[in-house]
Amino acid sequence: MLAMNYRGPLRVRIDQKPMPEILHPQDAIVRVTRSCICGSDLHLYNGSVPDTRVGMTFGHEFTGIVEEVGSEVTKVKVGDHVLVPFNIACGQCVFCKQELYGNCHESNPQATAVGGIFGYSHTAGGYNGGQAEYVRVPYANVGPTVIPEGMDPDDAVLLTDVVPTGYQAAEMGGIQPGDTVVVFGAGPVGIMAAKCSWLFGAGRVIIIDEVEYRLEFAKNYAQCEAYNFREFGDPAVFIKKQTDWLGADVCIDAVGAEATGNALQTITGRKLLIQAGSATALHWAINCVKKGGIVSIVGVYGPTDNLVPIGNVLNKGITIRANQASVKRLLPRLIEHVQNGILNPKGLITHRIPLEEVSDAYRMFSEKLDNCIKPVLIPPSARI
Amino acid sequence: METTPNKYAHIIGWGIDADPKNDPTYPMRNRAGEEEKGYTWTRPTQQPVNIEVHHSIERPNVTAVFGTAVPPSGLSGMIRRLAFKKSENDYGHWLPLILADRVNVVEGIIEDIKNGKFPNIPAEKGMKAEWQHNRGGLLRQLAVTAIIGYGIVAYFRAKKRREQEDYDY
Repeated sequence: MLAMNYRGPLRVRIDQKPMPEILHPQDAIVRVTRSCICGSDLHLYNGSVPDTRVGMTFGHEFTGIVEEVGSEVTKVKVGDHVLVPFNIACGQCVFCKQELYGNCHESNPQATAVGGIFGYSHTAGGYNGGQAEYVRVPYANVGPTVIPEGMDPDDAVLLTDVVPTGYQAAEMGGIQPGDTVVVFGAGPVGIMAAKCSWLFGAGRVIIIDEVEYRLEFAKNYAQCEAYNFREFGDPAVFIKKQTDWLGADVCIDAVGAEATGNALQTITGRKLLIQAGSATALHWAINCVKKGGIVSIVGVYGPTDNLVPIGNVLNKGITIRANQASVKRLLPRLIEHVQNGILNPKGLITHRIPLEEVSDAYRMFSEKLDNCIKPVLIPPSARI
Repeated sequence: METTPNKYAHIIGWGIDADPKNDPTYPMRNRAGEEEKGYTWTRPTQQPVNIEVHHSIERPNVTAVFGTAVPPSGLSGMIRRLAFKKSENDYGHWLPLILADRVNVVEGIIEDIKNGKFPNIPAEKGMKAEWQHNRGGLLRQLAVTAIIGYGIVAYFRAKKRREQEDYDY
């Protein structure tokens, strides 16, 4: 089968790889119909996630047709078209019981801090991902969800990560009606976080980035204010001025390790890799939020350390909430929102690219070429 | 700030999920009442461990399922084995893993060549997309690289010539 093949930082290609096999009674084999490149795939692509091995296939946002199931699988059957949450979760451990599906304790032997994630290095369990024609899906009784009849696969594929992550970013912000919410990062997740902030009753939503076309897109898609940090100098001063000198009620870090905007962070976090990514957005979030406010983190960082003003977290009495999105928990509500026209995920997709052109797709997304917001890979065997 | 729905009538779904009583919100909720029981849940069937699987020393076992994408091998595999002797709490775990990743890149190139496939690195880096959508930038980048490269070569040639002349004298 055709599959994306990681060869080293900034190098990926399409290759023939062996078909996946059922390795556990709760496994399913899925023929991929849609597979996105996520902003967090770029952390792998740039070589900043430890234990990313050459030969791995990335991809944690995908939909597909069930082709084969293990002996214990009862919830999906061959022929079902499913969307597959990026979390690999057993549904039985104490964390899954609390609906912390991103923190499953039975899916990732290599690290206890995070549950298994498809195609996200051996630090997240060593699973091949969905940027391929076929993929092994463990715990098929838990994660895969049959796509409701009539739902566009392009909407469905964004329900595997982007929509739940953006929604949970807003949810973790504990937004109260009328709150001012500042979202750092106008990538797909940031844009969705801005959009979802309204659903929780935000009074004002501001998105900050440096890429003009993305800010323009965010302004229209999420109906929010959008500002380029290159134009106003210090973000903390700017946000204080915008909020009667008090700060935002809620700040959301939707950037993570690839942030720009601070030379020290960029050099130490992205070039020298002596911290776990550039924590510029988080630094700004902490310094822009109001005393007693909430910082919600969905931007992904590596597993070591970052330079953040933790003293200000104490002195300002900030609450920090963060987690990988618990996709399964959120799916019923989000499917409802899509079906009722409240959310329009596929509106984020700007590029539909054949899987065979995966090298160019990564480059395009990574370098923000051709006004790319969200690329979707379509395998030749998708047939949809 | 005015928060009447009328003010936000232009935003479909405004306030639809507002729930001021839901605070603190996720992930601090949905307690299952089983937290105090520790690691006692009924574990799923164990996936057969018939390849080398590293597991964090912060847990007692291999999880019930695990990925089999790329089992450790070669020099990078040796480094990874050493890394997994340290906990996730220790730089001695993560820094060797990053080193192993870099070693693995060289191993990948050697493996490709051994398999009769010389890696097309520009293609792997998606240069076609760059050429299509950022031709000017790519040409500038190539020109700068060429100028810097030429400068370095010229410097060392001149240095060598000077040393030769000094030697001749």
